[in-house]
Amino acid sequence: MISEAMIELSRWQFAVTSMYHFIFVPLTLGLSWMIFIMELIYVRTGNVLYKDMTRFWGKLFGINFAIGVATGITMEFEFGTNWSNYSHYVGDIFGAPLAIEGLLAFFLESTFIGLFFTGWNRFSKKGHLVITFLTALGSNLSAMWILIANGWMQYPEFAVFSPEKMRMEMVDFFGLITSPVAQVKFAHTVCSGYVTAACFVIGISAFFMLKKRHLKLAKRSMTVAIAFCFCGMAGSGLTGDLSALQVTEHQPAKLAAMEAEFETQEPPAAWNVFALPSQDNMENLISIRVPALLGLIATHSLDTPVPGLRDIVAENEVRVANGAQALSALTKMRNGTATEDDKAVFAQHQDDLGYGLLLSTYARDINAPTEAEIKTAAHNSVPPVFISFVSFRAMMTMVGLIGLLTLGAAFFLWYKRDLVEREKFLKILICIIPLPFIACEFGWILAEVGRQPWAIQDILPTALATSSLSAVDVGLSLLCFLGIYSLFLLIELTLMYKAVQKGPAMSNERALGGVYA
Amino acid sequence: MLDYETLQAIWWVLIGLLLIGFALTNGMDMAVSTLLYPLCGGNRAERSAIISTIVPHWDGNQVWLITAGGAIFAAWPEVYAAAFSGLYWAMLLVLFAIWLRPLAFDYRNHGETERWYRNWDIALTVGSVVPLLIFGVAFGNLLQGLPFWADENMRWHYDGYFLSALLPLLNPFALLCGIISVLMLLTHGAMWIQLRTEAKIAQRARKVAFICGLATVVFFLAAGLISYQMTGWQLDVPAPYGSYHVITGKTVSVIEHGLFANYASLPILIIVPLGAVAGMLLAAWYGFKGRAERGIIFSSLGIACTIITAGTALFPFVMPSKVDPSSSLTVWDASSSQFTLSVMFYTVLLLLPIALAYTIYAYKKMWGKAQAADHVQLGE
Repeated sequence: MISEAMIELSRWQFAVTSMYHFIFVPLTLGLSWMIFIMELIYVRTGNVLYKDMTRFWGKLFGINFAIGVATGITMEFEFGTNWSNYSHYVGDIFGAPLAIEGLLAFFLESTFIGLFFTGWNRFSKKGHLVITFLTALGSNLSAMWILIANGWMQYPEFAVFSPEKMRMEMVDFFGLITSPVAQVKFAHTVCSGYVTAACFVIGISAFFMLKKRHLKLAKRSMTVAIAFCFCGMAGSGLTGDLSALQVTEHQPAKLAAMEAEFETQEPPAAWNVFALPSQDNMENLISIRVPALLGLIATHSLDTPVPGLRDIVAENEVRVANGAQALSALTKMRNGTATEDDKAVFAQHQDDLGYGLLLSTYARDINAPTEAEIKTAAHNSVPPVFISFVSFRAMMTMVGLIGLLTLGAAFFLWYKRDLVEREKFLKILICIIPLPFIACEFGWILAEVGRQPWAIQDILPTALATSSLSAVDVGLSLLCFLGIYSLFLLIELTLMYKAVQKGPAMSNERALGGVYA
Repeated sequence: MLDYETLQAIWWVLIGLLLIGFALTNGMDMAVSTLLYPLCGGNRAERSAIISTIVPHWDGNQVWLITAGGAIFAAWPEVYAAAFSGLYWAMLLVLFAIWLRPLAFDYRNHGETERWYRNWDIALTVGSVVPLLIFGVAFGNLLQGLPFWADENMRWHYDGYFLSALLPLLNPFALLCGIISVLMLLTHGAMWIQLRTEAKIAQRARKVAFICGLATVVFFLAAGLISYQMTGWQLDVPAPYGSYHVITGKTVSVIEHGLFANYASLPILIIVPLGAVAGMLLAAWYGFKGRAERGIIFSSLGIACTIITAGTALFPFVMPSKVDPSSSLTVWDASSSQFTLSVMFYTVLLLLPIALAYTIYAYKKMWGKAQAADHVQLGE
């Protein structure tokens, strides 16, 4: 039997493994391009300092990349091991971008990363630069394909339900890969990766400046990083805004939850700066509001209403009731007792089948659901408000802090030109390193918790997506993951710290016969 | 669009090709990592020399595994769902082992002490031999059928949990298949080492190739004899067209000597297992003679034919069930829709040659003999 505990543990395991994996991904996405930029400057100017920079940051990149690769395989396996009903139900469409990710992106990234590290003496300068470029391209392309897959979980068009196979089947491949939700998500994710990498370089360069070590390298690195950070910030701000628009359009419940909007307001809706939501009563106990801001953020207009959770739940009650009819008809079709009427009922309500499945996790008899069961299912058809609300604000807070610190760094480094002397500020600047990581994690919590209770929005409830394992299996595996992953993180951080302490290996300019300016 | 049956058959071939690609590339570097200690004892310089020959390639090689997994997800979602969850702890053991490899390849170079190197090299060895063994064991269990079934909602279930599910997988026949998997890849890995290193290490690799190659043949023949006594599956009637039970609606019978049915009905197929035996014998011979450039071709042939031998014995089944034969997965009912198979077929047709081209280019550029002294320092 499928136990509640096993479902809960499966969710925790996926949360732990995916959040852990995403500690390493954004750094890879951004650092690969920064290394390419540094190497490009080296190839164009012949300045060996930039080669040293490429190698030093490349070394840190390698430490991060190794653990990213290891934890990435977990993610692929996990759909099959822990979410086998998900794999069965949507593999026909979800598997495609994953397979292409391997064929198109991972092959590229992984083949050339090997040459990046070992090919310095085997390739010409330009040849090696091309290798670095292809590595960066590959890692960013892999983000694109996995986000096409994730985008489909948020906006599952392009597939139809097959009652014979009891699963979703792809009907529009082009639509899948050009889905606006996926593309915006991809752009937002890589841009935040660029910010993450830039802050990583800014923080470590600040550390060098504070210790008065490798000053030339630190200054140049920080210059590249600040410029990169501003681009990344602009990109992630813009795409974050576009992302919110997509959420408004396709996942109104997620938007209402992240803004703790229970009542639909007169447009333009006010924005909750702070709120203490009570989801049971569907209201905010306390809230501090800015007039009109939510309407502007969510709809870019002053006259479009933003639906609140109460209205969404009321609408979903209808969908749950319809879904129950669809599921009940489908069951009859599958066991051969369906009449023509049943088939007609299914055809009419099959778009709400997911809500029927959601109800089936609460209803004793799906053929005769009670009013209370339907109400419970509808009430639980929207995401946890508190987590969504807090995650969004935590992410935005981190973004604000990163912006301030980067502006400060730019001001002292470029305008005042005395950043190296400002010990206090440098100490604060080192603390910029974890901020984007926290922002990225909260961003993903918002994206994934904000889709609950669905694994596939409106189509497959998370509670039905798991494998048929026992709680013992998943509990033990979760313990293994926690234990081994903690050990790995400890090793990784130690090595990072040691590599930074050791500092870059500087070339001997005379021996190389190059310029070292 | 090609018709559905053709596409399904093509995908059986494509998944087979990806698995063979995985064995010949990633399997090779896993075998090379496994051979570190038998070939070098405690000598760090020698170990580093051997590792340096696969450092540029292991990551690209590993993508064969990831792509094979992704392709099974996309083309055979039912196999992906039933196998990965059913073989939960076996998959996790592979995973735990595989984690060690990327870390070991990079992190071994960041220490100063002899102990640091030794520990990471042991991690690398363990992380390599465990997957080789378990993939063989998995094949051994596929040939015997697994205890899984589908319920009326097409949800996959599996008998037992934790150890009660894991331990039965380690039965004698499956372990025999695991040993064959390890031995045939060690033969292959020894060829690579012979090709890419000099003097003493290459000498020792010749011996390994010879012994492992011959042993593979002996165990392969033994597995053949045992499997002749085993039962197999026969697809009697597929589910009727338009059935709501595409998988469980078929009739499957369990028959004596069933794993040899395909070979009996189409005797020409016997060249596949013969190719496996001949390939490994010639590999052992050329390996022994120090002609690894030929030996590696024959070890590749032997490995490919061994995998095809198992696949052919099962065909059209890919994952038979021993508790509910009608839940068994076949090429005809485990697959994706015609549209998905078609899209993915053309995608593979377009992308795989490109990936192969730059993979070969990468191997060519990094070719050369490694000396015991010049171990590669990553990122230095």
